Amino acid sequence: MTHDPQLNKHGELQHLLTIDGLPREIITSILDAAAPFTEVAEREVKKVPLLRGKSVFNLFFENSTRTRTTFEIAAKRLSADVINLNINTSSTTKGETLLDTVDNLAAMQADMFVVRHASSGAPHLIAQHLRNIGADHIRVVNAGDGRHAHPTQGLLDMYTIRHYKKDFANLTVAIVGDVLHSRVARSQIHALNILGVPEVRVVAPKTLLPNEVERMGVRVFNDMREGLRGVDVVMMLRLQNERMNGALLPSTQEYFKYYGLTPDKLDLAKPDAIVMHPGPMNRGVEIDSAVADGGQAVILPQVTFGIAVRMAVMSMLAGN
Amino acid sequence: MPTLPAAVELCQRLADLMRPHVTPATALVGIHTGGVWIAEWLHRELGLVQPLGSMNVSFYRDDYHQRGLQGGRKPSAIPFDVTDAHIIIVDDVLYTGRTIRAALNELFDYGRPAKVELAVLADRGGRELPIAATYCPHTLTLPAAQSLNLERTEDGSLEFTVVEK
Repeated sequence: MTHDPQLNKHGELQHLLTIDGLPREIITSILDAAAPFTEVAEREVKKVPLLRGKSVFNLFFENSTRTRTTFEIAAKRLSADVINLNINTSSTTKGETLLDTVDNLAAMQADMFVVRHASSGAPHLIAQHLRNIGADHIRVVNAGDGRHAHPTQGLLDMYTIRHYKKDFANLTVAIVGDVLHSRVARSQIHALNILGVPEVRVVAPKTLLPNEVERMGVRVFNDMREGLRGVDVVMMLRLQNERMNGALLPSTQEYFKYYGLTPDKLDLAKPDAIVMHPGPMNRGVEIDSAVADGGQAVILPQVTFGIAVRMAVMSMLAGN
Repeated sequence: MPTLPAAVELCQRLADLMRPHVTPATALVGIHTGGVWIAEWLHRELGLVQPLGSMNVSFYRDDYHQRGLQGGRKPSAIPFDVTDAHIIIVDDVLYTGRTIRAALNELFDYGRPAKVELAVLADRGGRELPIAATYCPHTLTLPAAQSLNLERTEDGSLEFTVVEK
C-alpha cells in the first residue's frame, strides 16, 4: 500500500487533505472529539487554550467568506493567532507563486495552513513541499480544492447526521444536485461509505454527474422523486453557476422544476428525514424556501457543528 | 499495598467534612468522570439547591497533546452563574494537581467566583503544583508506578482499584 501523506508513521493524522482513504477510526475519533467543543461556544469566554501561541494562516487562493470565517472562528476559539491571506491567482506562474508563498510563510514560523484553492491537489502539493523543505511540523488543512475534496465539510455533515440519526448503520442518504462540480459531494460520498452507510444515492441530471460515478459506491437516480423515496437524509448541493462551462442546463427555472427540493418532493422521504445544505443556498434554484426554512432543515445547525468539527481537526493535527 | 477504606464510606466522611461549611447557595462542580459521580451523590446527600455542574478539563490540561480527550466525549456544563458563587470542585483522587489547575483555569472562563474550594475522596501524594484539598477524608502514599482509579459498578456503587501503570 502506498503511504498516505496525511498520516505520520504512527498512523496518526498529520494533515487533513481528503477523506478518501482515511481509516474509519480516525473519522470516528474526529467526530467524537468535536462533541465537547460544541459547548465552548455557549460559554461567557468562548475560548479554550489548546492552540495558544500557534499561528494559523488561512491561505485562500479562491474566495470563500463563509468557509474562511468558520475556520477563523474555530482557530480563534482555540486561542490561535489567525492570519488571513486572500491571494490572487491570476498570475500565470501559479505553481511557483504557490510554493514561494509557502516558503515565505514557513520562514515566518507558521504552524498551520488552511488552504482553499481552485486547483485540485494544491493542498497536497503544499504538504509534499513542506516535507521536502524539512518543514513538515507545519500542518495543512484542505478547505476545498477544485473539484477534488472539502474534507471538513464532509466531516461536519457526518457529525450532523450522527447528531440527528445517532448511527450510520441503517441509513439511506440521498445527495442531490450538481455532483459534477462538487468537491463537497465527493467528500460526503467517501465519508458515508467509510462509515458504513448501506445506501448512498446520488440524484442529478446526467449532465451534472461525473463519468462512472457508480464506481464511487453510489446508486444513481436521474428522477428526483424516485431518488428521494424512503430516504433518511437529503443532502442538497449548491448549483455552481460560476463553474458552469457551456450549456449543461436549459435554465435554472427548469432545474428547479425537476431537481429543486420542494415540500411535495420532500414528502416522498421518510417523515423524520433531515434536509442538509452546505451553503450558500440558491433559494428557488435547488431548494424551495418553504423547505429551507422548514422543520426538517438542519442547515443552520450544520454551520454551528462545523465550527466544533474544525476545532477538533485543528487541535488533533496540532497534537499529533 | 496500603489498605483503602471503601469508597462509599469515604463519600460519607467527605459529606460530614463539608456539611458545616456549605449553605444552600453552595455550588458543586464535578470533574469527569469520577468527580461527577461523587458530586452527584454529595449533591443529594447535602441537599444542595444550586444545579450540579460538571467539567471536562481536557481542553485546559497542559498535556492534552499527549493524553487527548480524557473523560470521554462529555462536554462541560455549568448551569449556574459562576460570578460571586461559592463553588466546591469535586474530584475522586488528588495527585499531581494538574487537573485542578486546569479546572480552575476553566472555571474562571465562566466568571469570577467569590470562593473556590476543593473536595476529593483521597489524596495520594505526588503533588507537582502548590495545590491542596479543602476537604479530604483520606490520604495515602502510592508509588508513581501505580494509579488509583475510581470505578462505578453496574449497581451504581463506587469502588477504588489500584492499577499498575
